Amino acid sequence: MIEAQTAPLLEIRGLSKRFPIHSGLSRRVTGEVRAIDGIDLNITRGETLGLVGESGCGKSTTGRAILRAIEPSAGEILFHDRDGTVDVAKLGRTELKRIRRKMQMVFQDPYASLNPRMNVEEIIAEPLICLDHLTHKQRRDRVVELLELVGLNASYLLRYPHTFSGGQRQRIGIARALALEPDFVVCDEAVSALDVSVQAQVLNLLSDIQERLGTTYLFISHDLGVIEHQCDRVAVMYLGRIVEFAETEALLRTPKMPYVEALLSAVPEPDPHVRRERVAIRGEVADPANRPSGCPFHPRCPYAQEVCKSTVPPLRQVEGVTGPHLAACHFAEALSLRGVA
Amino acid sequence: MTDGPIISIRGLEVAARSRHGMLRPLRGIDLDLPRAATTGLVGESGCGKSMTARALLNITPSPMRITAGSIVLDDRKTPPVDLAALDPDGAPMRAIRGRRLAMIFQEPMTAFSPVHTIGNQIAEMLLIHEKLDKRAAKERSIEMLELVGMPNPRQHFDAHPFKLSGGMRQRAMIAMALACKPDVLVADEPTTALDVTIQAQILELLQRLQQELGMTVLLITHDLGVVARTTRRVAVMYLGEVVEETTTEALFDAPRHPYTQGLLGSVPRLGSRRGKRERLPAMRGSVPSALAELPGCAFQPRCPKAVAGLCDVVKPQMAEVAPGHRARCLLYPEVLAASVALEAA
Repeated sequence: MIEAQTAPLLEIRGLSKRFPIHSGLSRRVTGEVRAIDGIDLNITRGETLGLVGESGCGKSTTGRAILRAIEPSAGEILFHDRDGTVDVAKLGRTELKRIRRKMQMVFQDPYASLNPRMNVEEIIAEPLICLDHLTHKQRRDRVVELLELVGLNASYLLRYPHTFSGGQRQRIGIARALALEPDFVVCDEAVSALDVSVQAQVLNLLSDIQERLGTTYLFISHDLGVIEHQCDRVAVMYLGRIVEFAETEALLRTPKMPYVEALLSAVPEPDPHVRRERVAIRGEVADPANRPSGCPFHPRCPYAQEVCKSTVPPLRQVEGVTGPHLAACHFAEALSLRGVA
Repeated sequence: MTDGPIISIRGLEVAARSRHGMLRPLRGIDLDLPRAATTGLVGESGCGKSMTARALLNITPSPMRITAGSIVLDDRKTPPVDLAALDPDGAPMRAIRGRRLAMIFQEPMTAFSPVHTIGNQIAEMLLIHEKLDKRAAKERSIEMLELVGMPNPRQHFDAHPFKLSGGMRQRAMIAMALACKPDVLVADEPTTALDVTIQAQILELLQRLQQELGMTVLLITHDLGVVARTTRRVAVMYLGEVVEETTTEALFDAPRHPYTQGLLGSVPRLGSRRGKRERLPAMRGSVPSALAELPGCAFQPRCPKAVAGLCDVVKPQMAEVAPGHRARCLLYPEVLAASVALEAA
């Protein structure tokens, strides 16, 4: 029983996505953007795994590639469930449709992700129509049940998205994602567009649902405060690669990769007495089409040395720490980096 | 610091008639901006903070217009002037806007013209307001780009906005706003579209420039972390009114208004060590629309401390609840006395 609880739901191996760069009149391919570049990730059943990074680091592409909302260029996405194991990356159209009922997504923008011409019932029932064979009556009951699950009134059934606030729309998006009782939900910046008071409501809702249904989340966000509150483990991405991966507590208290230290120190603390000393990093995220040699972070890293310019540091277990803690830094053991207090 | 505020807003109202009734985004704002300091204006979307910024520059989007109140600008060099009484398109307002009052926007991509180089857009300000010749305007623009930390300012003078990254664009925007050395800078969510590491750089830049140039800054943001880091005083807005106003320390140490308390409580704070299974203390509901007309206190339907028969009847006024700390909540005797006195009058 315990084993089943901690077994991975998803094993991702070498997942990559490359976009060609066209230029000139003939639109010849002159280069490529490696949006995600060989990601390995295990997602445990029932956990919330956080994926953080700055814009352009590839976190949304990762979420979408796992669901095959975009086609990955390479890699394996092994999905283990009661019916056995499948490699999502290799499925054909029919099989993919079947697996989609187990993997769903909640989007960032509650204004763009709901069809303005469909009412709430049609929006939430759409996945049920596509994939389930229910009678009209059963379907309506299920929609009402889902509305109640996300804290909305059943009297909203026939209303259209424009009559709802941002927070309510996000709840509708969550109800739609949960309609087929998926095992796995990708939340791509699901609370970023919401005000803090509403954001707190939606975060609580996601936690309640997890407790009741045992849903596994891949929680993509740029907000480290939200990540700390919501996630069991966190992976930090930089330029299409995972650069640090550990349990939330360990990653935030004792980061092992200089980029993560800088990221944590840049978060403004909502307390005027606390003034976090910021680790100054130079410049901006490099262009993924023009990746620096060696460690992708070295041009901005305050601790960079010669080896960092030439050799790519692999993502590896940091020695001398308790528990699993992966970091991609040549000096992960030597540096003593500052986390949050 | 003993002299009066540079901007003094009293009873400011902005409204427009719509198909669904009167839209009232600002419902009587009172706010002072102390000279040469940064004041924060916080609240959730729809509370009217951006509209306050626009009213301050007299650029309310049509058909919204200022229907009541005053905005007195007193720079001590020229006689005080009430901006709310000026014609938005008239020469006196245009001479002030950009030169004595400047604004930076959230999304620099939409605030810049896409077809002109950033250098020409900064130089245009100097040509109009400072009557510089083209050569001098170009040199000053390059100096400004250098001041805001733009790498290779001479080359970037000729860059179009789309060539720049978000952070660089925001630097260019700040250079443009500061080109005429304004007395007051209004920054409307200047870092919201940026990544945290870039946000930290831009906030540091704004703080440095505020101190070097002795500017007055009104920083509008929904991010309480940004407020804590950069402001001296803070005003909290809710449905077109200021509901609490005090020093930044006092606001975070001892927030008085239940809305402020709820807002501070619902932010997941980094390093709070709050357990994962612990629920965030969330407020009920969301900010009502600018159409809403609520009897009594505007926050009362969402307020956990609301008293039936009082909060939904009496309209609370702003009153001092501690030295230098004003709030608009009937749970404080000072507020109750002031509000009842006003209703009786």
